[in-house]
Amino acid sequence: TFYIEPLKINKLGVRASDTFVLTPTPQPKDDFQEELVIRPLHSGDIYASFQFRTLWETDFMRENKVSHYRLFPKSLGQVISKFSVRELHISFTQGYWRTMQWGQPFLPSPPGAELWVWFQDSVTDVDAAWKELTNVLSGIFCASLNFIDSTNTVQPSASFKPLGIVNETDHRFLRYATLPREIVCTENLTPWKKLLPCGSKAGLAVLLKSEKLFHSSFFSQTVHIRPVCQDRECKTTSWELRQTLNVVFDLHTSGQGKREWSLFKMFSRTLTEACPLASSSKIYIDVTDNPQEEYFELSPATPLLSQAVVLGDRRTFSVYDLTQQVTFGTVRSLNLLIRWKSTEGECSMLRPLLHAERYVAGYGLQTGEIHTVMYNNHPFRSFPVLLLDSVPWYLRLYIHTLTVTSKGKDNTPSYIHYQPSKDRMRPHLLEMLVQLPPHSVTEVTVQFERALLKWTEYTPDPNHGFYVGSSVISALVPSSVAMDTNITQEQPLFSSFFPCKEESSYFVRVYTEPLLVNLPTPDFSMPYNVICLTCTVVAVGYGSLYNLLTRSFQIEEPNPRLAKKIANFIRRIRGVPLLS
Amino acid sequence: MLAAIIMLIFICFCVHFQNTAGQFFSSGHTNNWAVLVCTSRFWFNYRHVANTLSVYRSVKRLGIPDSHIVLMLADDMACNHRNPKPATVFSHRNMELNVYGDDVEVDYRGYEVTVENFLRVLTGRLPPSTPRSKRLLSDDRSNILIYLTGHGGNGFLKFQDSEEISNVELADAFEQMWQKRRYNELLFIIDTCQGASMYERFYSPNIMALASSQVGEDSLSHQPDLAIGVHLMDRYTFYLLEFLEDIHPASKSNMNDLFKVCPKSQCVSTPGHRTDLFLRDPGSVLITDFFGSVRKVEITMEQPYLLKVQEKTYSYVDQLPVSEIIHQKPKQKDWHPPDGFILGLWTLILLVFFKTYGIKHLKHIF
Repeated sequence: TFYIEPLKINKLGVRASDTFVLTPTPQPKDDFQEELVIRPLHSGDIYASFQFRTLWETDFMRENKVSHYRLFPKSLGQVISKFSVRELHISFTQGYWRTMQWGQPFLPSPPGAELWVWFQDSVTDVDAAWKELTNVLSGIFCASLNFIDSTNTVQPSASFKPLGIVNETDHRFLRYATLPREIVCTENLTPWKKLLPCGSKAGLAVLLKSEKLFHSSFFSQTVHIRPVCQDRECKTTSWELRQTLNVVFDLHTSGQGKREWSLFKMFSRTLTEACPLASSSKIYIDVTDNPQEEYFELSPATPLLSQAVVLGDRRTFSVYDLTQQVTFGTVRSLNLLIRWKSTEGECSMLRPLLHAERYVAGYGLQTGEIHTVMYNNHPFRSFPVLLLDSVPWYLRLYIHTLTVTSKGKDNTPSYIHYQPSKDRMRPHLLEMLVQLPPHSVTEVTVQFERALLKWTEYTPDPNHGFYVGSSVISALVPSSVAMDTNITQEQPLFSSFFPCKEESSYFVRVYTEPLLVNLPTPDFSMPYNVICLTCTVVAVGYGSLYNLLTRSFQIEEPNPRLAKKIANFIRRIRGVPLLS
Repeated sequence: MLAAIIMLIFICFCVHFQNTAGQFFSSGHTNNWAVLVCTSRFWFNYRHVANTLSVYRSVKRLGIPDSHIVLMLADDMACNHRNPKPATVFSHRNMELNVYGDDVEVDYRGYEVTVENFLRVLTGRLPPSTPRSKRLLSDDRSNILIYLTGHGGNGFLKFQDSEEISNVELADAFEQMWQKRRYNELLFIIDTCQGASMYERFYSPNIMALASSQVGEDSLSHQPDLAIGVHLMDRYTFYLLEFLEDIHPASKSNMNDLFKVCPKSQCVSTPGHRTDLFLRDPGSVLITDFFGSVRKVEITMEQPYLLKVQEKTYSYVDQLPVSEIIHQKPKQKDWHPPDGFILGLWTLILLVFFKTYGIKHLKHIF
């Protein structure tokens, strides 16, 4: 492609000696792809995952600022260049992902808001850049991310390795924070939709209507920015922006109990066209459990089938290509319908190999115990997991009571990194590399004591409790199918997020539940009650005494009644003695 | 004779000045801002969030863009788990009107709605890292609409069940705004119990105030919805919304019509208003001066100047390098000078030592 330089036109008009300059320089290439994956779950629910990816071959870090934005949103581009961000991952989630019922998600996320950022090596003051970045992001996404400060930010030493291209990893440039209390609602979805090239006007994003999306069991929207390889040789990198939206619709609340799902039932919209700016726009329906259409049928039928290895399993997908006009048929709109034929005869779901739970044990408002339970469901393989725990400072952990047991026996972690908390400044950070034996349950327990906060530090609703963020478990789980290590091949977006280094295992991240802990809360109505009681006692006790001592009694003639008054008046006139 | 002529010229001059002064104040504003605040938390205060959102909806419909609206909601009702219809906030019974909509941007939400943040937004004294959407970037030609709702009393408004703002603080904040030339004209609407007490103390010029009830009266709520289980709106804002639904961007209704909204027969409380600080006659002030927007559109014919763009191989990092992690060396910790406690402890030990054994050992140390 040739690039034509603009003419410098002054106020008087075009100069006589002007010529066009043709420079054979390629324009920065940007590419946008969108896809939707629908996976029916065994419990009757349905899992829909939207992925929007923009690839842009540009360099945000060079001296001349990038000024012409086409598909890449300008607000995020400016954030990257101003704060020298190498990788940015932010997610907003409502609900908790039930691994045992739904399997593994394509992209995991913890409840609430989670933000982790890798900064470039050139940043001198990472903490100041982190503080400003959280404020700017809170304005972009209309979320209270400005509550992220040093009391809930940690610097993991081994988890959260960069997901993009990097020369070396120095964990000084990594910051991780989570806000489990953060609420996700339409005001977070609106700016997220505005970052897409087509907005919510065309393509798959027209399905994103908040009234249906928030009436679900699980909703998560994420933004991931990282540098990726452009081709197999990986000589050049480009910036990748991925926006994903995962939602699980419940059979009973959204499906009215009937096992039949369609785009209109899920999103109250149908599709009419692909986004004109997208190079590919596809819908994948997971039909692995339905090879001969014996359990459910899919309409309209599509001849396209694709296979992909995702989460260690080879799955088959029916593909609808929205860039082809034939997909929309004669009615010019696509409403996918998945109808189940009968209610029995379902094959059992593949049990997820790694699963974790977390809960608080103990009683009272003084001490307690945090239990993290990890399940390894593989019959004969053991694998290592890295557990990251970030506990706020007001739960004082007693690390000498930390125990890790598998199958009843002690299981010593091969790596422990612990950073103690500092009151009102830093949370606890505990990272452990634990080897999970095959087909076992590993339990990590640690005791804690609850602190008494200053009365100004309580939230306006302290009796709700205080949240402790989810634990993060990163693991390389053995895969039953050979994984594809060449990441730049034409793969569906949902299967190519985590980079794969070896074929026999795949990387997975599991989040546990957040904990809700009650701290000893003072009685905020106490001063009012004390004042009332004291004033009552003073008024009754001292007041009575005062009255007794200082009151003097005077005799007063009672006021005579009207009849007597008139009678006395007449008697006075007559000169006769008055009545008493 | 000459003195009379000079006197006449002088009088003409004065009149001319007065005319220009009058012209200055009636020449209008160049931009509109709105600060809409709901100060109540908890599910049973659903109606306060619905009040604020209905004013937000009207103001957006009449033209003020999101970038010029600072919306503060103290609690989330739409995605509250008690809400039977998530992502919706209704103002009318039987779920007729969803004031939450699909395109809403809340700037301050949840715990961020505090008295301090509210006053900082008004006066503009925000920390430097505050994003633009959370700032009130008004200038001396801005007309600002300020709407407050929640629970209040005689001279105060309660924020989130834990703090209060008094009418004196509010009046002082407006005076700060006037002295910093942060507004041209200000319309203040408050829908709380005893709302008129909040505008009693204003003393800055160009403020018009409306309240839903007088001192000693309570503002009442309008109607409950049996499906949702709470009262949906307050009476004053309900009738205000109905009044505003008839206004369109080119409408010529003026403030006198706004004063007539919700008479005692509908509202049970007596709405009040205050116009003595306002320089123009309320009959000449259009509703759209505050609820609508004047927008400046700049068309440019210049072409943007596009810049041109530019070897080694890269690779992805191992996500879980087990051997590396196990053999990770402990980080070299930065050396910090010993803090006060350690210094004090050592001083104490040294003092005790020298007290018991005498000063003669000192020369062995130094």
